[in-house]
Amino acid sequence: MEEKEALAVEMRNITIKFPGVLANDNVNLTLKKGEIHALLGENGAGKSTLMNCLAGINRPNAGEIWVDGQLQSFSSPKDAIKSGIGMVHQHFMLVPTQTVTENILLGLDNVGFFMNMRKYEQEIRELADQYSLHVDPEAYIWQLSVGEQQRVEILKMLYRGANILIMDEPTAVLAPQEIEGLMDTLRAMTERGKSIIFISHKLNEVKSIADRVTVLRKGKLTAEGLPMDDMDRKKLAELMVGRTVLFTVFKEENEPGDVVLDVQGVSALNKRGVPALRELSLQVRAGEILGIAGVSGNGQSELAEVITGLRECTGSITVNGEQMANAHPLKAIERGVAHIPEDRNKVGSSPNLSITENTIIKDYKEDPIGEGWQINFLKAAERASGLKDKYDILAPNVETMARKLSGGNLQKVILAREITTQPKLMIAVQPTRGLDIGAIESIQNLLLEQRKNGTAILLISEELDELVSLSDRLSVIHEGKIMGTIEDVENANIEEIGLMMTGEKVS
Amino acid sequence: MRLEIEKRVDDLPWWAPAALSVGAVVLAFVVGGIIFKLIGGEPIRVFGFFIRNTFGSWPAFSDTLVKATPLIFTGLACTVAFKMKMWNIGAEGQLFMGAWFASFVVLFPLVSPETSRWIVIPLMMIFGMVGGGIYGFIPGWLKARYNVNEIITTLMLNYVAFEWVNYWIFDQWSDAGFQMSPTFAKNAWLPRLTDYARQFRAFSGITLHLGVIIALIAVVIVWWLLSKSQWGFEVKLIGDNPDAARYSGVHIKRNIILVLMVSGALAGLAGMIEVTGVVHRLQQQISPGYGFTGIIVAWLAKLNPVAVILVSILFGALIIASREIQPAGISQMLQGLILFFIISSEVFTRYKVKLVRNSAAVVGAD
Ligand SMILES: Nc1ncnc2c1ncn2[C@@H]1O[C@H](COP(=O)(O)OP(=O)(O)OP(=O)(O)O)[C@@H](O)[C@H]1O
Ligand SMILES: [Mg+2]
Repeated sequence: MEEKEALAVEMRNITIKFPGVLANDNVNLTLKKGEIHALLGENGAGKSTLMNCLAGINRPNAGEIWVDGQLQSFSSPKDAIKSGIGMVHQHFMLVPTQTVTENILLGLDNVGFFMNMRKYEQEIRELADQYSLHVDPEAYIWQLSVGEQQRVEILKMLYRGANILIMDEPTAVLAPQEIEGLMDTLRAMTERGKSIIFISHKLNEVKSIADRVTVLRKGKLTAEGLPMDDMDRKKLAELMVGRTVLFTVFKEENEPGDVVLDVQGVSALNKRGVPALRELSLQVRAGEILGIAGVSGNGQSELAEVITGLRECTGSITVNGEQMANAHPLKAIERGVAHIPEDRNKVGSSPNLSITENTIIKDYKEDPIGEGWQINFLKAAERASGLKDKYDILAPNVETMARKLSGGNLQKVILAREITTQPKLMIAVQPTRGLDIGAIESIQNLLLEQRKNGTAILLISEELDELVSLSDRLSVIHEGKIMGTIEDVENANIEEIGLMMTGEKVS
Repeated sequence: MRLEIEKRVDDLPWWAPAALSVGAVVLAFVVGGIIFKLIGGEPIRVFGFFIRNTFGSWPAFSDTLVKATPLIFTGLACTVAFKMKMWNIGAEGQLFMGAWFASFVVLFPLVSPETSRWIVIPLMMIFGMVGGGIYGFIPGWLKARYNVNEIITTLMLNYVAFEWVNYWIFDQWSDAGFQMSPTFAKNAWLPRLTDYARQFRAFSGITLHLGVIIALIAVVIVWWLLSKSQWGFEVKLIGDNPDAARYSGVHIKRNIILVLMVSGALAGLAGMIEVTGVVHRLQQQISPGYGFTGIIVAWLAKLNPVAVILVSILFGALIIASREIQPAGISQMLQGLILFFIISSEVFTRYKVKLVRNSAAVVGAD
C-alpha cells in the first residue's frame, strides 16, 4: 500500500487488440512521482497505443490503470485530464486559424460565453514563464514554428492541471537547440513534482534525461522500469531490436559523375510570404550525397519544394540540363526526381487510402500499374506486399489504411515508394525522422546503395551525425543562403559547422 | 447503470453501413406509422396501399422505376462530385440545362420530324450531356481559377437555369401561349414498353422507357470510373488529401473542372431522359426536385454507384406515394424521417455505445 503512494501511474497487464494486430500484450508500466520515464521500442511496437490508452483516447481490452493509487477507467481524454494526465501527440492537434490562448482554452468547460481574453493571456504568460516555455499567447498557430507549437501543446496540458505528462516523440520534430530547451522544461517540471513519460528513438537523449526505462518489442515487455544508470546505448538497442545493432554505415569510395542538379541564384518566399531562399546556388553530381545542415526554418523545406515544383521561385533549377523552376510537380516526377517530404502525414501520404494505394500515387499511370485508362490493382497489391516485406512495414496487410500505421511505419511506406522508382535525383528531407535505430540503419544503407547506383542525393537533415556519416560534401544553410561547403566531411570541424549554422561566415 | 459513448477504434464490418441504412429506413417507417396512428390514421392500411401502389404490380413497379431513373442519374452526379469533396448542389440546374439543350435539338430544330429516332435520340443525349457539362464547367472554372466556393455558385446557378428555361417556354418555344413547349415529334420519344403492347399484351399501359437501361449503363460506367480507372484514383486522392495529390503530380485544377463537368453531364442526362421519356416536351414540371433529392440519394448510398440504384428506387417509390396517398405530407414525413435516422445512425459508425453497470463491468453493445 505504501509503495503505491509513491507511484503516479501503474498500468497492469494491459492488452490492446486491433483487427489483426496485438498492439499491447500484457504490458506493465509504473511511473514514480517526479521521475522521467522513457518508453522505448521499434516502430509499431505499441508505444503510442499504450500511451493513448493512458490518456483516455482508447480503451484497453484487458488490464487495469491505477492513478495516484486509485483504479481508473477512462472513456475519454477529458476523464484522463481530470485525473491529471495530459498527452502531447506525435502529430499536433491545434487549430491553425486561432491564437495560442484560444487553442489552450478550447474545450474547457469553465470558460464562459464572454471571455476576458486579457486575463487568460496573463495567466498563460505566467505559466509559460514558470516552465520557460516561450511563446506569444496572442500569436496565431499558423505563424508558429513546429517547436513553438509543441510548447503550446505542453502549455495546454499544464493549463488543464496535468501532473503526469506523456510526450510522444517530442524531439523528432525539433532542432538541436530546441531539444535543449525542451529538456530544461522537462527538468523544471519534475522539480515541481510532475511526472513524465517520454517516448523517443534517440537513445543518447533518452540516456541523458530519463531516470528509468521500459522497453516494448512487438507489443510485449522486454524491460520493465529498469534504472537508466545500468543502461548504455548498446543495451537499449538490443532490448528494442532483439539483436546487436552496429550503429555504423559502410560508405564506400565513389567517384561522382556529371552534375545532375544545378541550382543557380534561386529565391523564393515561404508560405507566410516572407523571403525564405535568397539567391541560393548549389550543385549535386550523380553518385554524390550533398548534405544540407542548418537550423530548421532557414529555407530547407522551401529548397526541397522549389526543386520538386511545389513552390514558385525565381532563378534557375536544372535537372540533367533541363529547366525545372516553376514547372508542374509532374515534370519533376517524370524526370526521375524522388522526394521524401518533410511532412509525412499532410504531404507524403493520404490517410484514408490503403498502403497499396499510397505506394502507387506517383506511378499509377506507368506500366505495369497503369494499363490503358485502368489501374491494375492486383499488380499494385503484389508490388506493395513485396515492399512491405522488404522494408519491414508492420501492418496486418497492404489493404490497411495509412492512418492506422504507426508513425515510423508510415515513413517506411513513403521511403519504399520513393526509393523503388530508382530516381536520378533524390530530395530527402529528414528521411529517418521517427524511425527506430534498426530502420535508420537500413534506410541509411539504402541511401548509400542509391548513391552507388549513381543517384544524386540532396540530403536535408537536422541530425548532424547523420549528415556527417552519409554526405560526400556538406553545405550549411542559413536564412536561405549557403554559408559554406565542407568538402572533407570526415574530418569536418563540428564547431565550425555550428558557427555557420548561426550565420557566421567561416573562411 | 448508465449509457456510455466512446470513440470507435476498430473498423465496422463491411456490411455495417448497408445494415445501418436499411435499419434507418425500417425505423423511419415504424416511427412514421406510430405518428400516423397517434393522429388517428390507419398506418397498416396506408402502408399496405403504399406497397401495392409502388411494388405491388408490374404497372405500379414500372411507375416507381420511371421515377427512380432520373434519381439514379442525379444520384450518380452527386456521387462523382462528392468523391472529390466537390459539393455540387446544382444538379437540379444542370438537369434543367440538359433538358433545354436536348429540347433544342427538336425545337430549334436541328432535325426534322422525319429523321430516324436512332439519330435523334443519341444526338439529344449528347446535347443533354453537353448542356449539363457546360453548366458544371462554370462553377468548376470559377473554383479552379478564383477559388470561388462551389456550394454557392452551384446553388445560385440553379435559379439561373430555371429562369432560362422559363424564358424559352414562356416566349420562344411557347405552345399556343401555354408555359410549355409543343409536344415533341415521335422520333424524339424514348421507346416505352407500352409502345409494344400490340405484340405483347402484357406491356399495355406500362410506361417504363429505355431511360432505365441507359441509367443502368451509366451506373456501370461510373462504377468503373471511380473504382478501376486512373481518373477515379485521382478523384479519390484529391478528395482525401489534396496536398498529397499535388505532391504526386496530379493536376488539381484541371480535375476540379473535369469532375464538375462529368457530374453536370450526368445530371444533364437526367433532364434529357425526362423530356424524351416521360413528358415529351420542355416544361417547368419536368422535375419535382430530382437534383436536390440526388444529394440525399448519393449520401444514403455512401457514394457507392450500385447502392445508388436501390436508394433511387426507394425514393422513387416515395415520390409515387406522395402522389397516391393523401395528404401528400405523409410521404414527405417519411422522407424526412429516413433522413433523420440515417444522420443519427452515423453516430454508430464513429462511436460505440456501451451499457455500464455501476462499477467497471461493461456490457458491450455495438
Ligand atoms: N487505429 C488503429 N487500427 C488498427 N491498427 C492500429 C491502429 N493504431 C495502431 N495500430 C497498429 O498497432 C501497432 C502499434 O502501433 P503504435 O502506433 O502504438 O506504434 P509505435 O510504437 O508508436 O510506433 P512508432 O515508433 O512508429 O510511432 C501497429 O502495428 C499499428 O499498425
Ligand atoms: Mg508512435
